[in-house]
Amino acid sequence: MARIGVFVCHCGTNIAGVVDVKRVAEYALTLPGVKYAIDYKYMCSDPGQNAIIEAVKEHKLDRIVVTACSPRMHEGTFRKAAERSGINQYMSEMANVREHDSWVHSDDKEAATLKAMKLMEMSVAKVRRSEALSKMYATVEKRALVIGGGIAGIQAALDIAEAGHKVVIVEKDPSIGGRMAQLDKTFPTLDCSACILTPKMVAASQHPNIELRVYSEVVEVNGYVGNFDIKIKKKASSVDNKKCISCGVCTLKCPSKRAQSEFDEKIAPRKAIYTPFPQAVPNKPVIDREACTFFLTGKCRICEKVCPTQAIDFNQQDEVVTEKFGAVVLATGFDIFDSNVYGEYGYGEYKDVVTSLQFERLINSSGPTEGHVVRLSDKKEPKNLVWIQCVGSRDESKGRPYCSRVCCMYTAKQAMLMKEHYPEVNCYVFYIDIRAAGKNYEEFVQKAQNEYGVIYLRGRVSKIYEKKDKLIVRGADTLSGSQVEIVADMVVLANGLEPRKDAKSLAQLFHVSYDQYGFFTELHPKLGPVETAIAGVFVAGACQACKDIPDTVAQAGAAASKVLGLFSKEKMEVEPLIAKVDPLVCSGCETCYNVCPYSAIEMEDREVSRGNLKHVAKVLDSVCKGCGACVGACYSKAVDLKGFSERQVYDQIETVTQ
Amino acid sequence: MVKLGYFPGCSLSSTAKEYDISTRIVCEDLGIELVEIPHWVCCGATSAHITSDIAANALPAKTLIWAEKNNIPITSPCSACFSRLAIAHHTMATDEEMRKDVGEVVGEEYHGGAKVLHLARVFYETYGLEALKAKVKKPLKGLKVASYYGCLMTRPPEVCDFDRIENPMFMDKTVQALGAETVKWGYKTECCGAAFSLTKKEAVLKLTGDILSDAKECGADVIVVACPLCHANLDSRQREIERKSGKKIGLPIIYISQMIGLALGYNALDMAFKKHFVDPVKVLKEKGIL
Repeated sequence: MARIGVFVCHCGTNIAGVVDVKRVAEYALTLPGVKYAIDYKYMCSDPGQNAIIEAVKEHKLDRIVVTACSPRMHEGTFRKAAERSGINQYMSEMANVREHDSWVHSDDKEAATLKAMKLMEMSVAKVRRSEALSKMYATVEKRALVIGGGIAGIQAALDIAEAGHKVVIVEKDPSIGGRMAQLDKTFPTLDCSACILTPKMVAASQHPNIELRVYSEVVEVNGYVGNFDIKIKKKASSVDNKKCISCGVCTLKCPSKRAQSEFDEKIAPRKAIYTPFPQAVPNKPVIDREACTFFLTGKCRICEKVCPTQAIDFNQQDEVVTEKFGAVVLATGFDIFDSNVYGEYGYGEYKDVVTSLQFERLINSSGPTEGHVVRLSDKKEPKNLVWIQCVGSRDESKGRPYCSRVCCMYTAKQAMLMKEHYPEVNCYVFYIDIRAAGKNYEEFVQKAQNEYGVIYLRGRVSKIYEKKDKLIVRGADTLSGSQVEIVADMVVLANGLEPRKDAKSLAQLFHVSYDQYGFFTELHPKLGPVETAIAGVFVAGACQACKDIPDTVAQAGAAASKVLGLFSKEKMEVEPLIAKVDPLVCSGCETCYNVCPYSAIEMEDREVSRGNLKHVAKVLDSVCKGCGACVGACYSKAVDLKGFSERQVYDQIETVTQ
Repeated sequence: MVKLGYFPGCSLSSTAKEYDISTRIVCEDLGIELVEIPHWVCCGATSAHITSDIAANALPAKTLIWAEKNNIPITSPCSACFSRLAIAHHTMATDEEMRKDVGEVVGEEYHGGAKVLHLARVFYETYGLEALKAKVKKPLKGLKVASYYGCLMTRPPEVCDFDRIENPMFMDKTVQALGAETVKWGYKTECCGAAFSLTKKEAVLKLTGDILSDAKECGADVIVVACPLCHANLDSRQREIERKSGKKIGLPIIYISQMIGLALGYNALDMAFKKHFVDPVKVLKEKGIL
């Protein structure tokens, strides 16, 4: 007969303020097998844990139920307490009466108490049939995969590589560098973005522990923490990188004019064979097959003719390789909000309404205009410029209620740069509020207003329309309470940030959760900012939430340190809560083999008893994730889940439905 | 053959009689059968919908129920009537409680089966530009037109279901199909001041004045409208605005139905241009259209 101890936690007033904890403990004593029950203010505190340990020893308990918070908070604490008291840690159960009860039923204390009693009773029913399990260990593949080659990915990779572990960076574009490579200067110091980024790009490419896989994408993910099997597709670049000497003749001679440069935000053409920008790393061109004359018409082959090393290979195919990694850092970055959603600003219709990234390319000396800011319509220099902030931020009507955090700052930066390049121009900024919460940020915005003379107008723009060659910007100045109309030559939209279009599908590959916008969800908003709910998968940068470069670099370093913490162990403890097949009952129907989503079941011919050779299923312990799909599917009830046996679950259901 | 329930609204029997006349002539010529909704009642514009939610939905409900019972789409040439009918339909289709309350007031229930179209959209979509082009006898060559949609034809977007709220093009394309040229301008969907013409005249003079002067600056010969209230403000207030600013505007305001009528070969008398304050005949004669 089981000897169960029940420990009811008050959690201060969190639980005890709603649930009558004394009644729960008293009720516990009436249940079969329960030999001891108490309530205590904080079970998770040291005295609380000691109370458990002493009770186990004194009353010879062999299993415990802690009626407290979510097991996500303290399961580990109480399992360790169980172990310290001398019983197997899997002989402990938690009943969640805080998140599932007191916090949500504070309006009905009686019902909450009854529910707490039921929840506790269910856990008692389950623990009654618990079996001692022993920990399992898995090896750790000490090789990290970083997805995304922007500043977040580069920083995380460098930090991991410096600590002595191998890292692979997968980047979908032909070069690493990401968004930061597109920017001109950075706030709040106005130092050149490329000047601080390119050394890191070069360091990453030359580091003996870092391998760059550009023009590549992750297409399939299997395995688990310490042992991910990941399929990476390298898109055919049509260039043999071993032969290519990066001379650039192919790009120079390519006659194709079909494509617009993605790097230049489609304000300049690019060739069909191209490197995205001069400092690209690696500096090897790729052929865009959708723009290449040869791939479209079967004629041309000019690049092949001019290449001095015969590096062009039109027959190259996409290659898929499967590799093992111990940990993954997701660092896929951001896209800017689609300006077309704001019909009233006329983006796309009026050529001189540009996005913030287009402006970065215009004012960047390595951009298509070599840093001369001109109107896209007539190539004339603008005299009056208007910035509109919060385009796709803090606007519930457009489905973007969040603040993108960087737009106030980059708007001030862009206006200051404009004033520096062309002191005689007028810069106007329409804003809702200025959010400049960062080191030296507020001072930076003040400088834009006071020293550079950028004119800030508090209000939203209602409409932009074209009149002759001018843009009439109509908005409200809510400080003076009047309507304003500015005759502008150019309008820059301060687009908010959103996750990359394909972020959701990547998250689905890893089973990482994401919010309604597609930002990856961290394990805990405060205490787990770089982990995800999937062990071994970490996040860094703007793919998790809008953030600027300093915060991105900090988070990338944090993600790297988590990876290194994982790699510091030779073997990793894994939960033994996996499936188990009883070969004597198994009929060898292969149903479980077919339903297992992790390919953790193998069929084998085995002598299950003397002279009885049977075709039976076998669980691969290190691959099984304990999802239970096989248990549900098995016709002959030959599979069961350790720690969640069918009898345990049925007992719980019976208890709750009594 | 297109058959539509016709909801002329109060303006079309008074200040905008010429809109009614031209609409009926043009529709007959094009083969659009207009069945005037029997015993139609006030749409509730302005007075009802700013004072009572239930009245705002109950007044159009009668018309909507008729359309539902007879399974005929309804059209109104007036933007306010269109807006009231369409919003009431939308409200009752999405708000079950309101639908029931209105049913009690009206004595019959509306089940959300009516279809409400603006007359301008009927020409563009229901009838179709290709069919319209084929009917043109006298192309409006050389006439520069500013299409003025006003505030209600595209708003609110969830009710009107137009793709381009700020810069609609359907009336521009209709006028182009008639052979005229349209100008690019910025006041297509700005407010004309509407009923404030009676209570806050100064505001209306400013709003209407801005619309007129922008159309003039952008090179328009005439403004085409599809709303009797827009017409009233732009047309009848024009001389006052000219007097105030000291600048001559002289922009005739022509209904979309009159525009189509001209292209179909009707004359100034047929289109009742004499009811306009700013006479369009002179410009139209200059362009060789009349």
